[in-house]
Amino acid sequence: MFAYYLRLGMNSLRRSPALTLLMVMAIGIGVAASMITYSVFRAVSGNPIPGKSARLFTPQIDAWGPQQNLRGEPAEALGYIDAMALMRAHEGKRKTLLYPVQLSVIPGGNRDLPLNASGYAVTSDFFAMFDVPFRYGSGWSAQDDDAHANDVVISSGLDQKLFGGADSVGRTLNLGGHDYRVVGVASHWNPRPRFYDLFSTSGFADEPDVYMVFNRALDLQMRTGGRNSCRGSLAYTSWQGYLQSNCVWITPWVELDSPAEAEGFRRFLTNYAADQQRAGRFSWPPNVRLRDVVQWMDYEQVVPPESRISLAVALGFFLICLVNTIGLLLAKFMRRAGEIGVRRALGATRSEIYAQYLVEAGTVGLAGGVLGLLLTAVGVSGVGILFQPEIARLARLDPSLVGLTLAVAIAATVLAAFYPAWRAAHVQPAWQLKSS
Amino acid sequence: MNIQIRPVLTALRRHKVGTLLIALQIGLTLAIVCNALFIIHQRLANLSQVSGVDEADVFVVANYWADVNRSTEQVDAQVRADLIALRQLPAVLDATPASGYPLRGGGWDNFVTMTPDQVKPTTDAAVYTGDEHFIDTLGLKLVAGRNFRPDEVMAMGTQQAITPPTAIVSKALAERLFPDGNALGKSFYAMGATPSTIIGIVDPLHRQGVDQWSNSHAGQALIWPLRADDSKGIYYIVRARPGQLADAMREAPKALYAQSRLRIIDPKDGVQDYATIRHKVYDSDRGMVILMGVICAVLLAITAAGIVGLTSFWVGQRRKQIGVRRALGARQRDILAYFLTENFLISATGVALGVVLAFAFNLWTVARFALDRMSLGYVGIGVVVLLLLGQGAVLAPALRASRVPPIEATRSV
Repeated sequence: MFAYYLRLGMNSLRRSPALTLLMVMAIGIGVAASMITYSVFRAVSGNPIPGKSARLFTPQIDAWGPQQNLRGEPAEALGYIDAMALMRAHEGKRKTLLYPVQLSVIPGGNRDLPLNASGYAVTSDFFAMFDVPFRYGSGWSAQDDDAHANDVVISSGLDQKLFGGADSVGRTLNLGGHDYRVVGVASHWNPRPRFYDLFSTSGFADEPDVYMVFNRALDLQMRTGGRNSCRGSLAYTSWQGYLQSNCVWITPWVELDSPAEAEGFRRFLTNYAADQQRAGRFSWPPNVRLRDVVQWMDYEQVVPPESRISLAVALGFFLICLVNTIGLLLAKFMRRAGEIGVRRALGATRSEIYAQYLVEAGTVGLAGGVLGLLLTAVGVSGVGILFQPEIARLARLDPSLVGLTLAVAIAATVLAAFYPAWRAAHVQPAWQLKSS
Repeated sequence: MNIQIRPVLTALRRHKVGTLLIALQIGLTLAIVCNALFIIHQRLANLSQVSGVDEADVFVVANYWADVNRSTEQVDAQVRADLIALRQLPAVLDATPASGYPLRGGGWDNFVTMTPDQVKPTTDAAVYTGDEHFIDTLGLKLVAGRNFRPDEVMAMGTQQAITPPTAIVSKALAERLFPDGNALGKSFYAMGATPSTIIGIVDPLHRQGVDQWSNSHAGQALIWPLRADDSKGIYYIVRARPGQLADAMREAPKALYAQSRLRIIDPKDGVQDYATIRHKVYDSDRGMVILMGVICAVLLAITAAGIVGLTSFWVGQRRKQIGVRRALGARQRDILAYFLTENFLISATGVALGVVLAFAFNLWTVARFALDRMSLGYVGIGVVVLLLLGQGAVLAPALRASRVPPIEATRSV
């Protein structure tokens, strides 16, 4: 029966090619516009660490006070004093502090020019907290943190550039004039959005080359390679002066396994801020936050407004294409009222008519889907002219997007055909036969 | 010509769903087109913001130091040597050290206050640093006061927050701080314990950022006479002799490497001319213009085609009635007027719906993204465009209807 309906449908579509073409194009273009913008939206709004996003939290402590904070919200990072206090506390299963560092690999061997190497100063828990995968070796230990060790973990990209991809654990590396010992080589790891550093990046930076011991970076008086935000009057003239200033530049993260633990940590933050108030460092009541990964990405507005707006506009566009399709299908089906009358008079039931026309609409949907797929493929490859390159690179036509494009096109068209097909099924055979 | 609205309405009542669908389509199209036009216009305004820089001849070298252990004095000596080397190049007119440049896409900015102990800042200014060559290198227009003297330029190390006693400010900042005029010679505080006195005013000078925060402080910038001897790196802004930009961009990195090889100038984007800088910073704006433009055009085409399709169907359905009307004395142009009126009534309903939808969508973007409110003009343009589009689209089927001969009345189908 399906094959017969399909043949009827094809015949009917061939009979009015202009109308058919119009419907196929409307659906194709509509679905392509939606899919292109969705592919970008999906890339920027995804959960970068799905298994743990609800257990990782970034604490915020207001060290600026109600006059200077961000409209009531604490700063998006910590200064040295609060970061260190957080690290010294015993609460939280795992904790890390991090800030971006800008380094360079000093020439050696057959290289005569230095190389840029950007990365992060982190503490030992960083690797376990964020599930950093290792190709060789591992991260360093808490003892290495305390010993201010000159250990580094490098990316497999840097390992490839410097050591030809060999196991470089134990090798020495000169970064910015200091020797470091490679303790681990991370496999490709660049979660996007980069949830752990939304203070300095927009979330879509290139993979970091190197991770070094936080305390070591402080010893070397390395200023952040990322953002630094201060309030009030600044007059520091030394590293110590900078550390004691109200400038914020360190992102803290804690791993907390249960809501109860999170509640406990929130209490700890409040108590800490209250202590600071009692000690006279803060002249305002505790103002702290503890956001998990998803809440943090939302607060930091990781998804660019452009992406949301264009998705909304594209969906509106698709909706219009569907309304258009309903109208055209209605016109097309009702034009054949006479034919329907004959079929009904010859014994076709209402549901058979219904099925026939839904199948016909399905064919239009399929054709629209195929056209949409082609346009989506073109669009996704050319999306670089619509979005910033670092975001456009993330948009891909993968099997799931192909499936989704076809499914959306067919489902939407069949849905659009429900009313026109219902009208077709309710054509009065007697009336049609009489007037013919 | 006497147009009867009542019969049109009566006929439409027999095509409720079709009528509703066209009206809905027109309404939705209007909502999207108005907002898209509004977005396009806003983004185009961003794209054409002036930087104040003589963009045709200026380029920027991003120079990272490989050895981060040098003292401020050592870095300063290297920077001075680099600048001498750059300025001596035959294709180069001038060069300045800098910690940032207009349209960089974000960078250093400081709050500005009128007194040292004022807590709530008066405004926020983008901070540029450079030596006495900064203004000439960028090609900024000094509208009042004077340039920095060489003896006013100070060296600032990585771990120092220095407030120079002099500053050149943009006209926008001068007017924001001293609305009565006469900013020259007055002083302000920019997150320092000591004031900076305004010795010169330039206009215009764009900020480094182009984001919402920057746009709300548009054009407010200050220049401090500092060589930012950061141990990580420095920017060199270079002005080529007219017409020799390409040569200068090729020579500059070579000259710098000849001074010292312990530096990194990215071969890919370490040297950028202003065309590239502008192109990069307005990426998302340009993308939105293209996307919204394409969507608008395609949307209008699809809506027009939809109207043609549905009206053609109605004309086909009513051939007999048209024949009867013609036989009873209706002229061709009465039939034409009938379909045009019908379309106008449907379009007007759709447009009314669309105006509501357009503002609803706009309010959503205002609430969600703090975008601006759409002015009535865009909706006005949208309404006119869609009414014309409807009349244009219906013309062909209506003309065909008007040519239906009266003899149709006698045919049985």
